[in-house]
Amino acid sequence: MQFSWLPVREDFDDALREVKTLHATDAILTLRELATSRLDLAQTSKLDRALLNALKSHPSLPGLEPLRLAILGSATTSHLPPGVRVAGLRRGLAIEVYEAPYGMYWQELMTDSSGLHDFKPNAIVLAHDARHLAAADGATADSALELMQSCWRKARSAFRCQIVQQTVMPVLPELMGSNEDRMPSSPAAVLNEINHRLPQLAADESVDLLALDHIVLDDGLTLWHDPAIWHRSKHEVHPRAAALYGEHLARLLAAARGRSAKCLVLDLDNTLWGGIIGDDGLEGIILGQGSEIGEAHAELQRYALRLTERGIILAVCSKNDEANALAPFTSHPEMILKRDHIACFVANWTDKATNLRTIAKTLNLGLDALVFVDDNPAERAIIRQELPTVHVPELPDEPSNFVTTLAAAGYFEALRLTDDDRARASQYQANADRERLKDSATDMDTYLQSLRMTLTAGPFDSMNLQRIVQLINKTNQFNLMTERLTEPEVVARMIDPRWLTLYARLTDRFGDNGLIAVLMARIENTDAILETWLMSCRVLGRGVEQACLNLLATAAQSHGAHRLIGQYRPTEKNNMVRDLYPGLGFTQLPETDGPARFSLDLRDFTPRSVWMEINLLHEAMVEQ
Amino acid sequence: MTQQEIYPRLTKIMRDVFDDDNLVVPPELTANDVEGWDSVSHITLIVAIEEAFGIKFKSAELEKTKNVGQLIEQIEKKTS
Repeated sequence: MQFSWLPVREDFDDALREVKTLHATDAILTLRELATSRLDLAQTSKLDRALLNALKSHPSLPGLEPLRLAILGSATTSHLPPGVRVAGLRRGLAIEVYEAPYGMYWQELMTDSSGLHDFKPNAIVLAHDARHLAAADGATADSALELMQSCWRKARSAFRCQIVQQTVMPVLPELMGSNEDRMPSSPAAVLNEINHRLPQLAADESVDLLALDHIVLDDGLTLWHDPAIWHRSKHEVHPRAAALYGEHLARLLAAARGRSAKCLVLDLDNTLWGGIIGDDGLEGIILGQGSEIGEAHAELQRYALRLTERGIILAVCSKNDEANALAPFTSHPEMILKRDHIACFVANWTDKATNLRTIAKTLNLGLDALVFVDDNPAERAIIRQELPTVHVPELPDEPSNFVTTLAAAGYFEALRLTDDDRARASQYQANADRERLKDSATDMDTYLQSLRMTLTAGPFDSMNLQRIVQLINKTNQFNLMTERLTEPEVVARMIDPRWLTLYARLTDRFGDNGLIAVLMARIENTDAILETWLMSCRVLGRGVEQACLNLLATAAQSHGAHRLIGQYRPTEKNNMVRDLYPGLGFTQLPETDGPARFSLDLRDFTPRSVWMEINLLHEAMVEQ
Repeated sequence: MTQQEIYPRLTKIMRDVFDDDNLVVPPELTANDVEGWDSVSHITLIVAIEEAFGIKFKSAELEKTKNVGQLIEQIEKKTS
């Protein structure tokens, strides 16, 4: 069934009729909600017309990002725009479509005076049909790929926009059968070879593929292509599959614009495992080997875990006592997901809309970045109503189909994978864990202790120089003097014995926070004057300020200083550190023209207490 | 399915496809009589009918179907 993950709207006709009476903002909201329901062919074209009408009366639609898409095809494409526009609407895109005249894609591309060039697309899809590429006498994969490549290059140089190439739909009849490729001149074999070589070629040229050869497998080629329709009107994509084509194309367009979902929010009971943990207990829930249902739920967990490996963040949203909800994660042997995999774990009796808002806020994501998976139709309906931008797939009754449904829905469409993607899940998880701990710790000292922090500090060295210079030049908030310095200037101080330099890194039980503090003090007679003190705001309120003071005071003492002089020069952004020195026990000195100055007597200095292990690096400052 | 059963369903489909809630579809109606009934929307109409009634037209059948009356006869034949 097409679009099985989208809910059916019984009131489609009434709601659509009502759109005409609404103001732009409400009209768009309603249209977008209707676009996220399961539509048949006639409904798709009806919704599309309503969208076009709305666009006519409100050229800039509130909340929709405009996009200009050119469809360049070798056969009929006139049935494709409605599905693309509706699928774009589903993702907050207002897509304007330009179609090259029938069969004219090459001329349109190559002629600078064509309608295509006037249109100035932000995205182009090249829709080459199979017969055009592979069925002519003497057709080869080489020539087909060369043709595509020259289209890409021309499009790139003319428009500098996203280029999507559809792979070839496997519609050509085989002459030999399973071993067709042993007859290289067979059109079906040529087609196979094109599709086989396209991924590498497209990746090399930063072209995004619309993998029709894979996509048709979900619903079968007979849904996607009918030779009779081809002969009648040269539609390679059957009109009944046009909306699916649009959906898959819009995913690529949305992904390129950062509109794919980023976080999978999972319900627990009867979603992540069978049964209800609060009623059935650890021994009673159904999960893992030995039961068809248990294996199905385990499969969903495995899929979610694999998603984290490509940068998707996991969260839990469950109506449960937290202790019950956590028990399987810590104690059930068949659990594939562990507590550590969940960046934000919310189990309570608050309504789920409120909890989803909390999750989005905790992870610093928009609601439209969330996909909420819940077996309970009532919960799904409430979330769709309360938070219409959250993606809420319909789930089949059969848990074995949870994963296929989620995968088919394509919420997490991605175009490429970066190292950041691979590291993302664990970073989000660490931040959320710190927040959660803060909520649960009864007092600050207990919280700080439980973080198990280690501060590693030392004088500047060449290995850390780049990061130090970067921090000096970009830190705005926790920055006492906001003095920007070039790398040579920093190096000069690093090697000058009259300067004390200190950097610090902080690790805690959740991970490495990196290099987070930079201090520089100038020795003048018996004063050590702090010219630079800056820190990353991530680690505020954890005693790093006190620890840095301790380290610098010790170093200054060993250089014969009797006083530490702190300075503060106010800017628009550093108000947060205005009272840093008084707070650390400094006394304000009489005002002069320059920055505010504060003094700390080092002769009776007692180190401030901190809740972290201090690891002073080999080249200890005292020996400098 | 009888013509009496088919008629209201076909009317609904045609109203959706041609976006006209007041469209009346007498048997003698042809493409020339309806605004927006062009080659593109014709394909949409045929496929929408096929999907709604769970049937499939042959190319030859479509070629000799000239008006709504003949279309209804085809649907009747295929759904009986």
